[in-house]
Amino acid sequence: MTVQDTSRLGTGIDLSRAQPAPVTRRQKPMRRLPVQKDWPLWAIIATQIGILAALIALWQIGADYGWIDGFFWSKPSDIYDTLIKFFTEGDAWIDISYTFRATIIGFLIGTTCGSLLGLSFWWSRNYATIIQPYVICFETLPKLALAPLVILVFGLGLASKVAIATALTLVVSTLTAYAGVKAVDTDQERLFYSLGASRMQVFRKLVVPFCLPWIISVLRVNIGLALTGAVVGEFIAAQHGLGRQILYAGQTYDIALVWVAVLVLSTLAVMMYAAVSWLESILRKGVKQ
Amino acid sequence: MPAKLRLDQVSMAFKTPKGVFQALAPVSLDIPQGRFVSLIGPSGCGKSTIFNIVAGLLEPSAGRVLIDSADATGTIGRVGYMLQKDLLLPWRTVLDNVILGIEIQGVPLREARERALPLLHRYGLSGFEYLYPNALSGGMRQRAALLRTLLFDTDVILLDEPFGALDAQTKLRMQEWLLGLWSDFGKTVVFVTHDVEEAIYLSDEVHVMTTRPGRIVESIIVPIARPRPRSVILTPEFVAIKEHCLGLLTSGRDTSMGEAA
Repeated sequence: MTVQDTSRLGTGIDLSRAQPAPVTRRQKPMRRLPVQKDWPLWAIIATQIGILAALIALWQIGADYGWIDGFFWSKPSDIYDTLIKFFTEGDAWIDISYTFRATIIGFLIGTTCGSLLGLSFWWSRNYATIIQPYVICFETLPKLALAPLVILVFGLGLASKVAIATALTLVVSTLTAYAGVKAVDTDQERLFYSLGASRMQVFRKLVVPFCLPWIISVLRVNIGLALTGAVVGEFIAAQHGLGRQILYAGQTYDIALVWVAVLVLSTLAVMMYAAVSWLESILRKGVKQ
Repeated sequence: MPAKLRLDQVSMAFKTPKGVFQALAPVSLDIPQGRFVSLIGPSGCGKSTIFNIVAGLLEPSAGRVLIDSADATGTIGRVGYMLQKDLLLPWRTVLDNVILGIEIQGVPLREARERALPLLHRYGLSGFEYLYPNALSGGMRQRAALLRTLLFDTDVILLDEPFGALDAQTKLRMQEWLLGLWSDFGKTVVFVTHDVEEAIYLSDEVHVMTTRPGRIVESIIVPIARPRPRSVILTPEFVAIKEHCLGLLTSGRDTSMGEAA
């Protein structure tokens, strides 16, 4: 470092100048607080779109010039053509509504039943302790491995997909609601009892409102899980649905159709995610009021 | 006049791995209607145990709790109990927090609110009725918690260090506020505190407690006339009582940590 820099360090400078042997004290490096500058939003979005466009362009050019095997990877222009065909000629809307219904019904059943089950553990410590290992077992069990069995039991139709989606979401909701129940302040409970409350009143006026934010917080996770469950169910056996479409396209080497189905599925997922996020914000406001 | 609240040889023992721990030696206490009574003593002297027993949240090992000469041991909802924390529900407005007690007693929501509103207005919470507790200062939250206890409308009110967490300024203001409430409603108040000066200033009677086992060592009547101006704490009479209390508290300090005063 230069002399100019050390002079800013203040005390002890004169001493080090008088005795030019600079061995005893190492100088501390002069550092400023690192500051990150945030880009404006339009620049962020423009860059994001730019990256996507560049990737797609690279893919297209690569496939055209033979750097990428177009048979296995397909290419954007083919995918676009297939997308148009998918919506104009195929059963696009039947497939979409099939997957959508299975997801939503499974999500609703799983989340509702799971939350109720989790809340019910508040009522009895004995009951909670007895049931807990079963819930944990069911959680660690790879539920998708049971999918073939579920198809056998519930048939090829909607019911089996709903069942898988429910199984995936149920445990998450149960455990989260139970975590909420365990976090209820015992002093708060004591206050309720000191006011002469019944168990039911404590449950309705304290436990349920207290756990609602917990229950709401898993909605977004659950919608993704429900979709996964529905699609996996369709992979195994189904007559309709985006999952079946993907499997069918893969088996017939129609890679462009695989991409189209995946694209539609992602769009569906994003839309449902957004809807649930919106629902969550509404509910959160409702909880406060 | 028979006692409003009477503790008849109430004791509490807990079983621990090391043997039986006597949290509370047999304690007897007679509190007449409309009295303001304080319990002071070091941590672990059983003040909160007494409160939990009176509120019915804890079954005593022996003895009885009598309210209006009737046995109330182990029954809940007979006295108003304010715990150390304000315990306001964050998802309810101040108004809806205050009505919690009577709502639990089955008073319809609208009627409960109508009953609570004038109370909130008169006792310094106007403008805060429809706010959520997290928007309130510590003193205001404590007021709301106290009004909740008061609206519950029991003759006896137990206050467990309600001003313990407040700063000195707010504490003084809250003491005046509490005395105002007490003279307006004529409730029987049992007050727990660590603060000797607070206890003497507020109370008709101060019961000094000690630990191992928790018990009352001396009951002191405070003969100072009401209303008491703030300056009363400087009078020789007040100082003498305070010194006496501090003497009692420090003499038992060899075994306990002693955080009184």
